[in-house]
Amino acid sequence: MSNVEKYQQAFTETFGLGEDQLADLKYQDVPEWDSVGHMNLMGALEDVFDIEMDIDDITDFSSFEHGKTILKKYNVNV
Amino acid sequence: MTISDLLDLDPFSLPVREREGILLGGLKDLTAYHHDHCAEYRKILRSHGVEPHAVDAIGDVPFLPVRLFKEYELKSISDEDVFKVMTSSGTTGQRVSRIVLDKETAVLQTKVLTKIVTSFLGANRLPMIVIDTEATLKNVQRFSARTAGIIGFSIFGRDKFFALDEDMKLDLEGLQAFLAKHAGKKILLFGFTFIVWQHFYQELLAKAGQVDLSNGILFHGGGWKKLQSEAVSEMEFRERLNAVCGLGDIHNYYGMVEQTGSIFVECEHGYFHSSIFGDVIVRDQNDLSIAPNGERGVIQVLSLIPRSYPGHSLLTEDEGMIAGDDGCACGRPGKYFKVYGRLAEAEIRGCSDTYAERAR
Repeated sequence: MSNVEKYQQAFTETFGLGEDQLADLKYQDVPEWDSVGHMNLMGALEDVFDIEMDIDDITDFSSFEHGKTILKKYNVNV
Repeated sequence: MTISDLLDLDPFSLPVREREGILLGGLKDLTAYHHDHCAEYRKILRSHGVEPHAVDAIGDVPFLPVRLFKEYELKSISDEDVFKVMTSSGTTGQRVSRIVLDKETAVLQTKVLTKIVTSFLGANRLPMIVIDTEATLKNVQRFSARTAGIIGFSIFGRDKFFALDEDMKLDLEGLQAFLAKHAGKKILLFGFTFIVWQHFYQELLAKAGQVDLSNGILFHGGGWKKLQSEAVSEMEFRERLNAVCGLGDIHNYYGMVEQTGSIFVECEHGYFHSSIFGDVIVRDQNDLSIAPNGERGVIQVLSLIPRSYPGHSLLTEDEGMIAGDDGCACGRPGKYFKVYGRLAEAEIRGCSDTYAERAR
């Protein structure tokens, strides 16, 4: 699976969304992406990319798009 | 300076004199904003003869008794913008506070909490032991203070372990396995004070010597609530936990669901500290005038966070004392204070009456 696919899958599986719903998705746009869902998503991303994210990056992770920029800091290119 | 500028600063920087201008500006803006967006709040200010723009000292910022949020749903946003409603963890038959959040306020709560707590923990997430049962998280629709606390603090943890089972019994084997897995690492522990005491400390006491938490750092809060009769002093709480499991780094925090995010954290010397995101004032119980430092009175808390509801200045039902403006031995500038727990019901009624009199 490519990094893009892994990244998308973390979102679709955590929030139960379709891939077509991801492009413009922002934190708290859907009820599933609340503070609880957020920590689940972070856990899923950490597992699939085998990284450990800093607290600041977790609070900064505000959208599907912006998350890609954050992951670059961990040498994950999506 | 806006709250987003403040987020770039050390939360425990700036002496009181430098904070005052920043805080006053922010609190005045919030007072005016809520005056314009919340009809009930406007009515209250009018009945007190308060003109938001005439406020020129932090002590003049009008305050609402915290129990008002138990009686009314006060909000400064439209129904469509409601993102989440938080409730306080009231016991059966007791009214609970309802705090209405929009996205902006919810995000600010997380950001401010993060700044304050990481100044004690560091930027790295730690293996985390939640001294509670995972079942607390199941009912997320009705977001209680306990749920909010656990989820709010989860951001600081990595591998998370719930130390209590559904019957609130200590999972000793699970705890030992978790500690073995993370041997040598700093461990974050989080829990509510009375739960830590009743369901964690008491059980560890019965199993003395089997758990070593000398690498741990504990954040606990929420006070003693109904267990006032069992309440032990802060010092005793620290000493006895230390004796039973070696836990030495213990931080009580003071905050209320009505001002989630801008919590006050106890330092190594046993004093709560105000951050640059809020302030604390102690008032005389009889006339609600500002009490001099060193005197006990009722605690008023101020926060720059609440935008979706008029909760930026609240009169609590707790008794406290400001120890000093700056100069705590721990080195953090800003006001530092003690909290002595809930006022007796009669005293709370007294405060409310005084408040009502001022309204006339």
